[in-house]
Amino acid sequence: MLFWCFAVGSVVTAYLVFRTDSMVRAAFWLLASFVGVGAILVMLAAEFLGMVLILMMAGEMLIMAVVMVMYMMNPAGLNPMFMVHQHRFAVGAGVVSFVGLSVVALTVDFPDQPVDPAIDATAELGFELLGDSMLVFQTAGVALLATMIGAIALASRNGRFGTADEGSQEPSLEIEELESP
Amino acid sequence: MTLQALLVVAAALFAIGLYGAISQQSFVMLMMGLELMINGALLALIALWALSSGGNPQGQMLAIVFMAVMAIEMALGFALITNVYRVRRADITEKLRRLKG
Repeated sequence: MLFWCFAVGSVVTAYLVFRTDSMVRAAFWLLASFVGVGAILVMLAAEFLGMVLILMMAGEMLIMAVVMVMYMMNPAGLNPMFMVHQHRFAVGAGVVSFVGLSVVALTVDFPDQPVDPAIDATAELGFELLGDSMLVFQTAGVALLATMIGAIALASRNGRFGTADEGSQEPSLEIEELESP
Repeated sequence: MTLQALLVVAAALFAIGLYGAISQQSFVMLMMGLELMINGALLALIALWALSSGGNPQGQMLAIVFMAVMAIEMALGFALITNVYRVRRADITEKLRRLKG
């Protein structure tokens, strides 16, 4: 019963993300959807991942709300907002993907091997992270470092060809003539 | 709570995210669609880990990689939005006719 509350709640709030009039409200509906999924992960014995998802998304959605107030039109939802393009195609793609994935979920015979309740999944994950999968874990860390550097480079005001708000015009390729001796 | 039910919920989240990623004009709303798609994939992955793989720890490891992908997408997305807004004063995809700065 609790599972269905979280499942239906996360799907409905995900739907409301694209139906609300305010982008800030949309960010908080998305956070509600993530909290529902995080709670389902906790119920599935992945307590660590569920809590990390909720905490990570809480921070991320607050940043998203701040970005929207800074840059976007209609941040506080004072006017009706319906900014979409290719709407019919998008609805069709969503319906087709839902039907296709549901057919796969309901028809494929997955092996029935639930987690043994005796094992501590968080401890197992810790041993996996710092043992056999150490290289994968480190690779994810390096990818995040590269992202931080890339994000700073992208968001920096000074680009390669001047400041960003002047349009960063590339210099022309005219070759200056050398003075003859 | 059966595996089928979990996978159908994950499919619904993925489908709503796909709708948002294709249809939204605003950059941030588009990113929300992408986040929802990853959210659905994460739920499906953990459901398969918990009910079909016998709790193999590598399943959770893969979920952590998914979360790193989410963080990378958001960080680069915000940086791109900042840059595009500075250069073009644009906050919707329709205003970008070309990507060159």
